[in-house]
Amino acid sequence: MKQDIILSGVGGQGILSIATIIGEAATQAGLNLKQAEVHGMSQRGGDVQSNLRLSTEPISSDLIAVGTADMILSLEPMEALRYLPYLNKDGWIITSSAPFKNIPNYPEDEALMAELKALPNVVTIDVEQLAKEHQMPKCANVILLGAASRYLGVLSVEQMRESIARVFASKGEAVVEMNKRAFDIGHSAAQK
Amino acid sequence: MEKKLLLGDEAIALGAIHAGIRGVYAYPGTPSTEITEYIQRHPVARERGLHCTWCTNEKTAVEAALGASYAGARSIACMKHVGLNVAADAFVNAAITGVNGGLIVIVADDPSMHSSQNEQDSRFYGKFSMMPVLEPSSQQEAYDMMEYGFELSEREKMPVLMRITMRLAHSRADVSVKDEAAPIHQLPYAKDPSSWVLLPANSRRRYAALIEKQPELERLASVSPYVSYNRAAVEKPLGVLTCGIGYNYVMEVPGAAEKFNVLKITQYPLPEELVRKLAADSSAILVVEDGQPCVEESIKAVLSAGYEVKGRLTGDLPRTGELTPDCVATALGCAPVRYFETSQNVVARPPALCQGCGHRDVYTALNEVVKEYPDARVFADIGCYTLGALPPFRAIDTCVDMGASITMAKGAADSGLFPAIAVIGDSTFTHSGMTGLLDAVNDKAQITVIISDNLTTAMTGGQDSAGTNKFEAICLGLGVEPEHVRVVVPLPKNMEEITRILREEIEYKGVSVIIPRRECIQTLNRKLKQKKAEQKA
Repeated sequence: MKQDIILSGVGGQGILSIATIIGEAATQAGLNLKQAEVHGMSQRGGDVQSNLRLSTEPISSDLIAVGTADMILSLEPMEALRYLPYLNKDGWIITSSAPFKNIPNYPEDEALMAELKALPNVVTIDVEQLAKEHQMPKCANVILLGAASRYLGVLSVEQMRESIARVFASKGEAVVEMNKRAFDIGHSAAQK
Repeated sequence: MEKKLLLGDEAIALGAIHAGIRGVYAYPGTPSTEITEYIQRHPVARERGLHCTWCTNEKTAVEAALGASYAGARSIACMKHVGLNVAADAFVNAAITGVNGGLIVIVADDPSMHSSQNEQDSRFYGKFSMMPVLEPSSQQEAYDMMEYGFELSEREKMPVLMRITMRLAHSRADVSVKDEAAPIHQLPYAKDPSSWVLLPANSRRRYAALIEKQPELERLASVSPYVSYNRAAVEKPLGVLTCGIGYNYVMEVPGAAEKFNVLKITQYPLPEELVRKLAADSSAILVVEDGQPCVEESIKAVLSAGYEVKGRLTGDLPRTGELTPDCVATALGCAPVRYFETSQNVVARPPALCQGCGHRDVYTALNEVVKEYPDARVFADIGCYTLGALPPFRAIDTCVDMGASITMAKGAADSGLFPAIAVIGDSTFTHSGMTGLLDAVNDKAQITVIISDNLTTAMTGGQDSAGTNKFEAICLGLGVEPEHVRVVVPLPKNMEEITRILREEIEYKGVSVIIPRRECIQTLNRKLKQKKAEQKA
């Protein structure tokens, strides 16, 4: 069994923290893992992505091939669409609906939403709004991860929650609890 | 043995620590920076006091590592591919002197130029210097090859080049690692001046010995535990020669091992015997290498004329850019299926200077003054401030290589261009700008140099910058006149002062240096966060 995930967003949004949590859960579960990251100049407000591959079998390529991603997990709606050709025919897009507009020619919100809605398997959540409502402004990425956890075949919700506890352990119990709560909020939001 | 999730860069770093190095010598450069950073953070490095502070440039790094080798220690020197150009003098001659303690020079290439100005392939430097080259195909091999590489280096008394590409450097995977580091490895000091003093008489003898060693180095590559040859289940199929991580993209193709003869190369000089064997067993050879067609070019000389060799030169793989599972699968006749077309709504999102960055204020001021001089040209350099080329600033006219801002401005001024303005960052200035400034001072060139000092090596993530707190002294020491070394604080409220000083110094008929100084907003925020966390604790 395998799960190939493209994580995407804008530099500084926190896609690498999502990757760390999934990666930690996968390692604990004894899965094989490869995770290609973007470092360097492209991080300064530009588009960023990470290829995360999990499998019960050995993994060869660090990169996901066109047409084979099981999920595009994105903190930004336009960035989700950027990797569309990589998506498998049954793959899911789980994306934040909040646009990050740091360029003058950002497309119309309606056009983006219309394109997303026309795709077969899409979950859009305004994680920024949810994070604000629940007074956890830094947890938008973990809320999105909670939403994605419904579709992460190879890892259980409990394995993900335990991973959050381990990843945030050094920051104290309060931070762990807040992130677990963020994860649960996202998990419920994806049901609607 | 324990399993750790490591970047390729981190696997190399841990492999080096576990092999008992005495130090790492490096200048930051994407995608190589994380090797040194991992060692800096590692508790064993602290316990043992391993050398791990940053060097001023790649040349000083390789020379210091060679000195450590002379003293009998194991060490690594790390850099990005273009850094090897800077270190080339030391690097090539280290193959002539040979080594005492093990020395591995690790170079991270950047095909596709994700964060670089070119995609030169460091394996050519291996061939050129006649050094053994290692090219791991995975994070695990990157770790394992450090111990192997040091043994190779000390046994053959040769420096070893380890070449990786960006994708391996910046991808994480599980790596089985030893439970603890071997003790620091220490050999007696070297003492043979006839090997180490490269006077022509010695050099000729050493060079002949280096050439004589080549067949043995090639034999070692053919028996390396990381080189393998697997025959397919069918007669005379396509033969695939993979270099480094090219192997992974081939293996990603379903049934590759049954369909193709696969020769996996991870060490050079290229073992020609294995290449001939692959050719004899196969109908044609496809070379899958990440980077330039280094092996594709060279195997034509090994095989009979007319034997079909495919790769980047024949268009079976793209001539430029990094390998992908898609282009390799296509070359093997298994083109990927696209279910969704590229979105028409997606537009480019280029990187930009951070909000609140001091370089922004420098360019705002510079643009205002430059407007007044229709022939003004701004010669810039390598760093975050290269982003000043993009809108909204469009403030710079050139960016070529580390240090070229000052020297190109000087050359242009020599040829009559006025005003010639150089923009260079603090770390780039100490890396390669100081010598050019001395040229300018000696010739009394009419240039204005802006050293945009943010107190760090920002583009690679905020490493210490060699010249911090020393820039005025350096400029004065090189002979810039004291009244033409000006320091300003790049903030919007100081715009009037900055533009006035720019005008004054542009009009000065000689070398002037303006140092806008304000800490990088990224490192500043990081420090504030740390402070806050400490106060909480």
